[in-house]
Amino acid sequence: MTLSKPSWEYAPAPETLKVDIAPEYGLFIDGAFRVPRSGRMFATINPATEEPLAQIAEADAADVNDAVVAARRALKGWRKLPALERAKYLYRIARRIQERARELAVLETMDNGKPIRETRDEDVPLAAAHFFHHAGWCDKLRYALPTATGADPQPIGVCGQVIPWNFPLLMAAWKIAPALACGNTVVLKPAETTPLTALRLAEILQEVDLPRGVVNIVTGAGATGRELVHHADVDKVAFTGSTDVGRAIATAVAGTSKRLTLELGGKSPNIIFADAPIDQAVEGIVSAIWVNQGQVCCAGSRLLVEESIVDEVIEKLQYRMRSLRVGNPLDKNTDVGAINSRAQLERIEGYIRTATSEGATHNSVSDAALPSRGFWCRPCFFTGVQPAHTIAREEIFGPVLAVMTFRTPDEAVARANNTMYGLSAGIWTSRGSKAYEIARQIKAGVVWCNTFNQFDAAAPFGGYRESGFGREGGRAGLAAYLA
Amino acid sequence: MTDRAEITKTWKLFIGGAYPRSESGRVLPVHDVNGHAGGRAIAYAAHASRKDLRDAVEVARASQERWAASSGLLRGQILYRLAEMLDGRRAELVEAVRMGGRLGRGKARLEVELSLDRIVSFAGWCDKLESVMGGRNPVAGPFHCFSQIEPVGVVAVFAPDEHPLLGFLSLILPPLACGCSVVAIPSASEPVPALIVSEAAPSSDIPAGVLNVLTGSHEELVPVAAAHRDIDAVVAAVPAELAKTLQVGVAENMKRVRLIDPQAAFTDESAWNDPRAFTGVTEVKTVWHPIGI
Repeated sequence: MTLSKPSWEYAPAPETLKVDIAPEYGLFIDGAFRVPRSGRMFATINPATEEPLAQIAEADAADVNDAVVAARRALKGWRKLPALERAKYLYRIARRIQERARELAVLETMDNGKPIRETRDEDVPLAAAHFFHHAGWCDKLRYALPTATGADPQPIGVCGQVIPWNFPLLMAAWKIAPALACGNTVVLKPAETTPLTALRLAEILQEVDLPRGVVNIVTGAGATGRELVHHADVDKVAFTGSTDVGRAIATAVAGTSKRLTLELGGKSPNIIFADAPIDQAVEGIVSAIWVNQGQVCCAGSRLLVEESIVDEVIEKLQYRMRSLRVGNPLDKNTDVGAINSRAQLERIEGYIRTATSEGATHNSVSDAALPSRGFWCRPCFFTGVQPAHTIAREEIFGPVLAVMTFRTPDEAVARANNTMYGLSAGIWTSRGSKAYEIARQIKAGVVWCNTFNQFDAAAPFGGYRESGFGREGGRAGLAAYLA
Repeated sequence: MTDRAEITKTWKLFIGGAYPRSESGRVLPVHDVNGHAGGRAIAYAAHASRKDLRDAVEVARASQERWAASSGLLRGQILYRLAEMLDGRRAELVEAVRMGGRLGRGKARLEVELSLDRIVSFAGWCDKLESVMGGRNPVAGPFHCFSQIEPVGVVAVFAPDEHPLLGFLSLILPPLACGCSVVAIPSASEPVPALIVSEAAPSSDIPAGVLNVLTGSHEELVPVAAAHRDIDAVVAAVPAELAKTLQVGVAENMKRVRLIDPQAAFTDESAWNDPRAFTGVTEVKTVWHPIGI
């Protein structure tokens, strides 16, 4: 069987909503936007066009301090608010996100580069759902974490939260919603390259009359994040990002009484057994590694295929990869958008060169035209990958898949666990008993059987080993925000 | 009748179900502060080296998967049997606790009873933790989604000087109950109560390697445990300085750390019979599977 190259031409289907973007954005502190004491601004750009979108305030130590002071001041009133009143603010936030969903999706796509199909169908609805779900927890915390004494669980206090650029609004929701539901106050630092939806969320917080200081948003780069993590009056640090930065944060909070949760990198296995539904599995591979250009901490970046079906899987994967449409993220038919930044693109390209020089074979779509400006990387996979190869061990954070094989279930588990990470795993088999047994043996916080990259506010998410500690979502996620 | 010479005892390490001396040949003196032997050492315990710790981690790793895969019901019965075994050595335990000089005989007896009860209490958690902390997640899509509670793996435990028996048990029971294997370093100044527990372990059917007890210096072994790549979590009731050493060290491979105030109220039964005792030694694993025809 040879599959010919698909040739489907689609008419352009651009999202037409024009989103208002102010020329510059200040810091959101104590319920209001204001210019940074630092006096410094930086540009955020559209990675699909390299055009600047707005000037963003860069918070320095004094600005971060203002935000922490505001959060500390707001804490007393917020934690004492009757729980159902607190809940109502979270419900309002959820509703406003839903009402402004289209605008948020467009803005996210412009600032991040990911396809509008994803921001519209995943990022924004999940962000709203996260607030809606956690709103309901506010007055039920005593049932969430049973204690021997039966006492009501208490908030931790002021939370310093640092989030990444791959799911900017969704990560803001994952951080803010549980913190607020548990009665904490927040200082959030969005990623340098994707601040716009968090700032739009700040407008929503104003619209819903959230008491001032309960959530403060300080924009900036790594230095701003360091100021927040090191601030002496922060009670809890929550970070999502790279394992290297996570290590630095863990070292920084050592010896303090700060609580810490870390959601870090991954090199997640996606295991296809010979008895899997192959066509579904191929779709699973696509959503595991090429969604969001592979810039996903839980991406299934190591494909482990049972040896007897590897030729069939690769042929189908190649065929499917060719049908992916790479280009304008605002087009509703686009599957693969822009890489978030030039630095990230260079990092990915470096890994692709390393993989080739180490002897793996590059498979990609070489003939598709790419826009002349912007940061683009064609989806690709490598065959002939050895476990010791760099692309089999290190997180790439790009649309680059390493394909390896196995012969027995034991070998599949051993290879899957042969990593210092442990964030997620995929298992494809038609046998339920096998899926659950392999799931038990995999060292990872999330295991997707016959599916991949599913998220839900009610489902705890987080890693084993060097993928960090603590969970986000569900009852387990609340533990991270209760004393 | 001539005076009979006592048979003095050398306390040894407990590694992989065997009782070796320290490979270093070093020993720690054990004192009876109540004045017996005039302040002289009444016995000697092995003084574990970093190599002993590494050996213990190796056997702990080898035994952990099977211990975790055994049913909660079985682990519960084994821990309950530990209480049965130790109940027969109550008098010896009271004497060992009293020897540290913190407690008189009456209080030492209460402390031992509380300790044995704590074993019984945690034996009961083995097949209930998951009912309380895990469960099905009501996700919006057509998926069967559940979170299971899994043991983190190999856990190093540094037990406090205060409450050399009760503190030691309070720290090793949660990891053992949920399916972790343990390398425990008891109080260096009062190791005997923990060593008596180690002697009851094999006859309780705790599999070899699942519980290892190493007497030694916390100052010496905390940095070794912190840096060890094959330890998954550290539970430590150590002073602030050592706690910081530990926290800096574990950042390297993201070990879980649970710090416990060495002065914690170990005697507070209600505070310890709490699912949060499993913080740091368990992982939540969320598993998804589609629902459909």
